[in-house]
Amino acid sequence: MSKIRNTSATTFAAHAVLITYTVIALFPVFVILINSFKTRKAIFREPLSLPNTDSFSLIGYETVFKQGDFFLYFQNSMIVTVVSLTLILLFGAMAAFALAEYRFKGNTLMGLYLALGIMIPIRIGTVAILEMMVSSGLVNTLTALILVYTAQGLPLAVFILSEFMKGVSDDLKNAGRIDGLSEYKIFFRLVLPLVRPAMATVAVFNMIPIWNDLWFPLILAPAEEVKTLTLGSQVFIGQFVTDWNAVLSALSMAILPVMILYVIFSRQLIRGITSGAVK
Amino acid sequence: MASAKQKPRFHIAVFLAPAVLVYTAVMIYPLFNTLRLSLFSEVDQERVWVGLQNFRTLFGNAVWSDQFWNALANNAWFFMIHMLVQNPIGVALAAILSAPRLRFSAFYRSAIFIPTILSFVIVGFAWKLILSPIWGIAPGMLDAIGLKFLYQPWLGKEEYALTTLSLVSVWQYVGIPMMLIYAALLSIPDEILEAGECDGITGMAAFFKIKLPLILPSIGIISILTFVANFNAFDLIYAAQGALAGPDFSTDILGTFMYRTFFGFQLQLGDPHMGSAIASAMFGIILVGVCIYLFGIQRRLRSYQF
Repeated sequence: MSKIRNTSATTFAAHAVLITYTVIALFPVFVILINSFKTRKAIFREPLSLPNTDSFSLIGYETVFKQGDFFLYFQNSMIVTVVSLTLILLFGAMAAFALAEYRFKGNTLMGLYLALGIMIPIRIGTVAILEMMVSSGLVNTLTALILVYTAQGLPLAVFILSEFMKGVSDDLKNAGRIDGLSEYKIFFRLVLPLVRPAMATVAVFNMIPIWNDLWFPLILAPAEEVKTLTLGSQVFIGQFVTDWNAVLSALSMAILPVMILYVIFSRQLIRGITSGAVK
Repeated sequence: MASAKQKPRFHIAVFLAPAVLVYTAVMIYPLFNTLRLSLFSEVDQERVWVGLQNFRTLFGNAVWSDQFWNALANNAWFFMIHMLVQNPIGVALAAILSAPRLRFSAFYRSAIFIPTILSFVIVGFAWKLILSPIWGIAPGMLDAIGLKFLYQPWLGKEEYALTTLSLVSVWQYVGIPMMLIYAALLSIPDEILEAGECDGITGMAAFFKIKLPLILPSIGIISILTFVANFNAFDLIYAAQGALAGPDFSTDILGTFMYRTFFGFQLQLGDPHMGSAIASAMFGIILVGVCIYLFGIQRRLRSYQF
């Protein structure tokens, strides 16, 4: 490649722009985190300085632990996210396998039908979803959320996974058939292990929206014992608007799990996006 | 693929059944049921067929139609800001990041993507606190560079609130166009750029004359994703301004309008049928947008396979 483009001036400018934007991106998160460890006075007097021995205080976190049931919320979010992801991956991979592997009447039509949901947001159907959950007694259960998120995640999962499954070699599957494996065993033993990278991509794509969703927890499961972390922090912060220590601590605690997940999965996520899985 | 034609192929149904059932029962059926419910109303606690009456109320009754057009106009503005700010910044960042041999580019990518993974609740409150006149971070920082006179309680003023929230949303989501464009830029083969260099096209010219036309399909996809996401947005407005989308409904968008109608607020009772009517209108808007993209835009953008 050319050397003209890599002069030191342009490199410097590139870094300057990127650093500026990185600061803009991280600044609010940083401000929330450092202030959550300060006394109320310090929060207002010197909002931008790091907590020191004078201003350090955990009073906000104490309030949060006393008042809000964050462990329960966390557990709910965890159950909803993990179970939904498992179902999306299992059902999605099965359907994707059927679409990619077999030629049958209505294959294309079925593919299009399942792809509809990629573009049309499930929220449009909220009124009828709530009605259905009320009549089946699933309101205020985690099951309701799991069902909704599974349905929401399936279209894209089927789409991405079937693209990948078309790439699995036919010879391998036919060898399996000759050895007398059933179609189910071919799917579970031969194909699934091969599309694991694509499954990870699908999982990471779905994880963040499910974890962060506010709409469906608010509508389908607002009861105290089934609140997710996102809804729980929303309600908690709403109640403690004037208690700045508590609000900042609650925000920090809500940021923490997502950040941990991001640190663990960011490679996978970025690789997934940049490998063109969503083209 | 051609195998297994002879046997009864029961397993295909088994493979498809769970996904199709869940998807149909929880997504497609409620979607159409919502469209159907918009044609009913509740009279004396019974569901009565009223035809297009709800839509007549929504568009004809001044109380409703004012709110609807206000929400739609706000939503359009919300979308415009995303298109004019988020996507150009995303493209610019991606273009810089994709420069060959740029150091720390993985770090920049991960850091700039962080806001995208945070929930609206966190983002909404964090910015609310930072922009708040009580805390004084925003005025303090403007003061430091001598621009204190520019400070306004942006989220509390009708004329600024919506734009401010749109920019917060842009701040949060700039990572997505950045990543997708970055991926598209990396897939451009070196030969094409080198051929351009031989003809003396480098630097900015290479970007605008060679790369930009090649990434137009990705920009198209990003635009339609932004459109769909914006026209059913709700969480950020709700987290920052509440269901009433204050001040004085100046940040009301279709999502918050539907929520208020469906669930009621203050003294007004919730009305699932009017809620369905608004949902149907949103469905129509999104459908029109997606069709314009699929039939009008996508076909004209030629995709290149390398």
